[in-house]
Amino acid sequence: MTNETDPSESARTIPLLTEPRRCCGGGGCAVKPEPSRGSQFLKQGGWLAIALPLWFLIYHYLQPFANFLTTNVFGLDPTSHLGSAVAFFLYDSPKVLMLLALVVLGVTFIQTFVSPERTRDILAKRAGAWSNLLASLLGIFTPFCSCSAVPLFIGFVRVGVPLGATFSFLVSAPMVNEVALFMLLGLFGWKIAGLYALTGVAIAFVAGWILGKLKMERHLESWVMAIPYNAQAAADYKMVFADRLEASIQGVREIVGKVWPYILVGIAVGAFIHGYVPEALMARFMGKGAWWSVPLAVIIGVPLYSNAAGVMPIVQALLGKGAALGTVLAFMMAVIGLSLPETIILRKVLKPKLIAVFVGVVATGILVVGYLFNLIL
Amino acid sequence: MPVIEICGPGCSRCKILAERTEAAAKSLGLDYTLLKVTELPQIMARGVMSTPAMVVDGVVKVQGQIPSIEALAALLSGTN
Repeated sequence: MTNETDPSESARTIPLLTEPRRCCGGGGCAVKPEPSRGSQFLKQGGWLAIALPLWFLIYHYLQPFANFLTTNVFGLDPTSHLGSAVAFFLYDSPKVLMLLALVVLGVTFIQTFVSPERTRDILAKRAGAWSNLLASLLGIFTPFCSCSAVPLFIGFVRVGVPLGATFSFLVSAPMVNEVALFMLLGLFGWKIAGLYALTGVAIAFVAGWILGKLKMERHLESWVMAIPYNAQAAADYKMVFADRLEASIQGVREIVGKVWPYILVGIAVGAFIHGYVPEALMARFMGKGAWWSVPLAVIIGVPLYSNAAGVMPIVQALLGKGAALGTVLAFMMAVIGLSLPETIILRKVLKPKLIAVFVGVVATGILVVGYLFNLIL
Repeated sequence: MPVIEICGPGCSRCKILAERTEAAAKSLGLDYTLLKVTELPQIMARGVMSTPAMVVDGVVKVQGQIPSIEALAALLSGTN
């Protein structure tokens, strides 16, 4: 192993901080800063110092710019159906994409500090309701993509993480999506974002706890426990700051590059709702009065597979038109938390009965949350 | 001669890791064998839980990350 990959960015800097003079004052310095990292920092971190303020500046002027384009360039009346739909689209497209880029940059950076392996090792030592709570909370920030759901599931179960806690994690990881969380924060403020995180964790906690109590171990596919698996503690490779930054930038490129068409579709749908759907109609279908709107939102939401960012503009338009918060929250959670592709992937390790119970318990949780918020707010 | 295995179901991230690993191994002038492990039971047998992963002679070196070519070269330079 060479210096580059040595665990210790921190171990190397700490002696420097505590006794700077004695070490570097004389000729022979034992702890030399690496020349390459300095230039890397400038190369990669330096431009952020310019890009970030620029980001906020542009973000701040998006609304007047969209209004200007709509009225002065396209010559549309902003109070007309078409005009308000166009203004919504012109304002929201850059706004959501910019917000997404910033959020993904930050979230990916944080995620480089958390690995599923570490989460697994923390959870393996717990039991009972605590393990469910911890798993639900760790699910928020542990990087997770549905394509690695199966190895993750087996990895958890095989080192002795309780099945209930594993489910808590599997519910929380996609449902309390960290990108969605910060986008909600940016678009609607901390109250709705907090509500989303809190209820998502609560559903994951309760669903995992129930699934644990049901003793479903025999409904795992037999190969899950049979295949040889020896858990490896952690990978040899340790990241330095430049690596984390590079991973974050790569994350932005990958995610924004992949999802922007879906976001534009989402915003177009949102713009249509914003411009053309009358408020009275929305109140009848998605208002508090319609008891069936919550289950309907869940039924529509589950097969709709979208990423968190794509749902945001639709959520925004629905809320703006007077749809009830509980109903919208239920819709959003059903879309990003319970996805058909993930269920199909999980079918490889879970027998049909367990899959059905899993989907049933989570869907019920979402329903309860939807009704609860419609009732109390 | 090290046996380098890239574990992953074949998503875009796995391909990037495989490309960078090859570039790193070539930059070191290593005489190596690169294998792609795509079957889940085989990935699990190596103790890998998050993909993509790089396994060198049975030891998991990278898991769930895509290090830079230089960092990969540093990881590979200890093996002969």
